[in-house]
Amino acid sequence: MSTYKILIVEDSPTMRQLIVFALKRIRGLTIVEANDGVDGLKKLSADRFDLILTDINMPIMDGLKLVSLVRNDPNYKAVPIVIITTEGASEDRERALALGANDYITKPIQTTQILDVAKRLLNITI
Amino acid sequence: MTEREEDKLAGKKAEEFLQVFKKGAEFTQDLLKENERLRYRLLQLEEGVRGESGGAEDSETVRMRLRIEELERQKDEILGRIKQVEAENHDFANRYIDIENENNMLANLYIASYQLHSTLDFREVLQVITEIVINLIGAEEFAIMLLDEKTNKLQAVVAEGLDQREIPSVGIGDGIIGQMAKTGENYFIDDMEGYVRDFGHPLVCIPLKIKEHVIGVIVIYKLLVQKSRFAEVDFELFTLLAGHAATAIFSSKLYSESERKLSTIQGFLDLLTK
Repeated sequence: MSTYKILIVEDSPTMRQLIVFALKRIRGLTIVEANDGVDGLKKLSADRFDLILTDINMPIMDGLKLVSLVRNDPNYKAVPIVIITTEGASEDRERALALGANDYITKPIQTTQILDVAKRLLNITI
Repeated sequence: MTEREEDKLAGKKAEEFLQVFKKGAEFTQDLLKENERLRYRLLQLEEGVRGESGGAEDSETVRMRLRIEELERQKDEILGRIKQVEAENHDFANRYIDIENENNMLANLYIASYQLHSTLDFREVLQVITEIVINLIGAEEFAIMLLDEKTNKLQAVVAEGLDQREIPSVGIGDGIIGQMAKTGENYFIDDMEGYVRDFGHPLVCIPLKIKEHVIGVIVIYKLLVQKSRFAEVDFELFTLLAGHAATAIFSSKLYSESERKLSTIQGFLDLLTK
């Protein structure tokens, strides 16, 4: 069975728990949590990840900066990134996608929404 | 040859001719009889053949007709079953959506409840309530107001998207917020479209209650731009917040006070025992 590793970068423990809850339906999944962009980069450099889910508004380093750094690093540039944010304006979405995010989900989220996007980006058909 | 002899010869020839004629007539008669017999036989054979082939065709037709009828019946049965399965599939798909929605709702409620009771620190409890209102409900501007038992007024202790100092205190029974705090009922504005923020008239006002005792309210003034209306899960979350947020706030307050008192008593004991 394939195993996937996902990095969740989110400062809200409530949101992290909800995202973990949603993703746990994928079998063989390892989830690593980070509180902000810097913590996310640290954890990213310590392991190989198949997917990154990140918030935008976070202390120390925001999600857009994280996306920009990840996309400019040859080691991680191919890792799919999903933004999960309260910022629902179309310009925010366009900006995130232009920086290299693969998908953009606005809060409040549906657990199925997260699951569907993760499955699609991980090429899981079941 | 004499005339007599000639007559005798002619009579003999006539006799011979007559004999030949008679034989020819008999032969013809025989031929006609044989012809008649053969024709009769042919007719018999034709009827026999026609009778045999005609009977076989009828039984095969009957067999085929019965088979067709059986297949038609089976086809109708299969079509009926397909329609039934399609209807069941449709029903299952709807049930799947319902279950997914229910699952989503339960996940939200479980996580909100889990987080609310994950700490006894008053500030952390307020932070959890704030996170729930932003992330799970989708509010952009809101406040948590707690009842000051000395003044009997609701005071904003947390404001998100607003300047806390701008939010006026509200007496119990005053305006919509005061009335909801007095009655313990939830308030939802009738029409959210075209709403302009009014501190005395929020979009939503949820009293925080321990049984019937109101300790504060959550007032929402603006939702996130992508949130146009409340979903079923939001009303469930409001109900959960009304009870669980109140107990979490109350417990954390009691815990903080008991910690403070314990610390004071410990200080006295330390002084006495030194």
